[in-house]
Amino acid sequence: MKSLVAALCLLLVAAPLAAETLNVKVGVLRETHSRETLSILDIPAADDTLAGALLGAADNNTTGKFTNQTFEAIDAKLEEGDDVVAALDSLFEKGALFIIADLSPERLLAASERAKPKGALLLNVSATDDRLREEDCRANVIHVAPTRSMLADGLAQYLVWKQWRRWLLIKGSHPKDELLAQALRNSAKKFGAKIVEERIYQDTGGGRRSDSGSVQTQRQMPLLTQSAPAYDALIAADESQVFGGYLPYGAWDPRPVAGSAGLMPTNWDPAHEQWGALQLQNRFIQTFRRSMNARDNAAWLAMRMVGEAATRAASNDPEKLRLYMLGNDFSIAAFKGVRLTLRPWSLQLRQPILLSDGRMVVSVSPQEGFLHQVSELDTLGVDQPETKCKLK
Amino acid sequence: MQIEVTNAPSLPRWRGRGSRFGLSFLFAKRRSLASPLPRSGGGIGRGLWVAALLATLIAPAHAYKAYVSNEKGNSITVIDTEKLEATATVKVGRRPRGIELNKDGSELYICAGDDDAIQVLDTKTLKVVGKLPSGPDPELLALSPSGDVIYVSNENDNLVTLIDVKKKEMIGDIPVGVEPEGMAVSPDGKLLVNTSETTNMAHLIDTQSKEIVANILVDGRPRFAEFKKDGSELWVSSEVGGTVAIIDPVKRELKQKISFDIPAMSKEAIQPIGISITKDGKRAFVALGPANRVAVIDAETKRIEKYLLVGQRVWHLAFTPDEKYLLTANGVSNDISVIDVASLKVVKSIPVGAFPWGVVVAPQ
Repeated sequence: MKSLVAALCLLLVAAPLAAETLNVKVGVLRETHSRETLSILDIPAADDTLAGALLGAADNNTTGKFTNQTFEAIDAKLEEGDDVVAALDSLFEKGALFIIADLSPERLLAASERAKPKGALLLNVSATDDRLREEDCRANVIHVAPTRSMLADGLAQYLVWKQWRRWLLIKGSHPKDELLAQALRNSAKKFGAKIVEERIYQDTGGGRRSDSGSVQTQRQMPLLTQSAPAYDALIAADESQVFGGYLPYGAWDPRPVAGSAGLMPTNWDPAHEQWGALQLQNRFIQTFRRSMNARDNAAWLAMRMVGEAATRAASNDPEKLRLYMLGNDFSIAAFKGVRLTLRPWSLQLRQPILLSDGRMVVSVSPQEGFLHQVSELDTLGVDQPETKCKLK
Repeated sequence: MQIEVTNAPSLPRWRGRGSRFGLSFLFAKRRSLASPLPRSGGGIGRGLWVAALLATLIAPAHAYKAYVSNEKGNSITVIDTEKLEATATVKVGRRPRGIELNKDGSELYICAGDDDAIQVLDTKTLKVVGKLPSGPDPELLALSPSGDVIYVSNENDNLVTLIDVKKKEMIGDIPVGVEPEGMAVSPDGKLLVNTSETTNMAHLIDTQSKEIVANILVDGRPRFAEFKKDGSELWVSSEVGGTVAIIDPVKRELKQKISFDIPAMSKEAIQPIGISITKDGKRAFVALGPANRVAVIDAETKRIEKYLLVGQRVWHLAFTPDEKYLLTANGVSNDISVIDVASLKVVKSIPVGAFPWGVVVAPQ
């Protein structure tokens, strides 16, 4: 029996469209995201991230009818204190060796460590931390989500193109706010913008919507922004969603707001319809009765990347598919107007960055005129010569 | 975009020189592709229309009518190919993309995607006179060589729908890959090709049995399919992959891929879409989308001869029946570029409606 299975496996390798069905199981390991958002529009749904993976699996299965491959998304949801390793083990037991990871950096690194002996492959769909692609990069983690530096660069290119080069930067008091602020500082330097002054908004608690404290926060915005040196754009670094949403129409000076509010860089927006994206948005809305957010889209794309690699390489072996995705033949269409490929030095997916005001996609970066010798997409984020990543 | 072949010499649309095979060709159609919208900031310059009218002056052109679907203008623009100017604009359904003429050119079928309908435009009166049944979001269509059956790609439900033209009835559907788009019928009518944008395959379908007989993987986001008129080759453009796949329709296998290289232009900007191949099978034209160029290819050696600068975001192409001109629908610059096929020069730009997508030509 075993030799028969082995023979069949060989056949599959030899003939991409062989008759035996190949099953590809993909775990969806996802954290519960905070419901403490400034706008009720941003409250995550119960199937946040998972819905994207399910749609990706459905798309892959339509293709799989012709290639004798089936794709399955297996959900594993983590609550606040849950052990990520135990959840990962349960996915392994169910046969999932591809893991769509919607995890904090700490949990992602723990999962990567655990996945190593299993030969499993992780696809990060939400953590934007640059360190996961730099000093803390891992050979078994592919990053579908963009980095903070890619997001900041995408925004900076547009602001510089608009000649809004003088920025007043307001950052929140949480560690990840500082990470975003640092990315914005780097982008300003890289593209020739100037941060005229930096201010901090101290989170004293109680300012969020659920605490009925919104009025308090809103009233502090003029004070926070008055008496600033002359500037063109007000830039918010507020990943923690404490104050940024109150800056538009609340600040002292009439200036455009960008960053965590106003004009926001993102990998996906429910208003994005260019390059056939409308078709994906429609499919998603019809299936899940809600709009597709950035995490849903990254999960869909991660599932499509696994599907595309499995179709082309005719395999469900994580290492084979990883090598295929890293190779020159791999590219994926993601309704962004260009083909997306992986940066082989950090396993980061190259991608355009959408700039959204929450209603419209205002522009898409890279902006015209920002050139690069390899790919214009590499004008966004950390490029090969600067990388600190040593994959292992 | 395949060229239709028929051996009925009296067909009204053919007014050009006789073909060396004793066949008449109706016209070269282009099928259209979903048009991505422009990113802000615009593209490369629109090109110089300097070479201008020289070619028109040299030889008298036959007067044909070209029809252009304006995706965001919700209209069809009619162009006189002798005067090279727009003569009428007709309001039609929402989001018109794929368009196709019937055999005698009396009716234009229009995929109005947002109305989930295929509208029928009377080309004499320029009035919408009816509808063909269609699945949701029809995008592209192809007419069988006999003119009896229309094959439609329905982008939203992964189906190719078959419609009886005379009875105006749906007579079947065929499940295909995700986001079916490009459609072409082989010159003998036996093989139907559909490309699926997200599955990345060309599905070869036997038109008799209505069964898929082969699935051929091509590069990312295949959008358009075109047969050589002798049926020897099938060309499929991959927008995101940036290549054109040449398929042997008899052996049902991929023969080779053509890639493009334009100096000082990023690979990502080169996105092949519309394809037109001359009746003698010697030369092919491929629209390259946001590269704002049409590639001229020696269709025998597959060598790229030239890149012609046209309007912005060029989608679909159509020859005039005498192959004197090739018309290109330029989605962002809202115009049609006219290429003089003999001299390989862009001779004119004709303003049309908003976001022109598809173009077909019929004799007047």
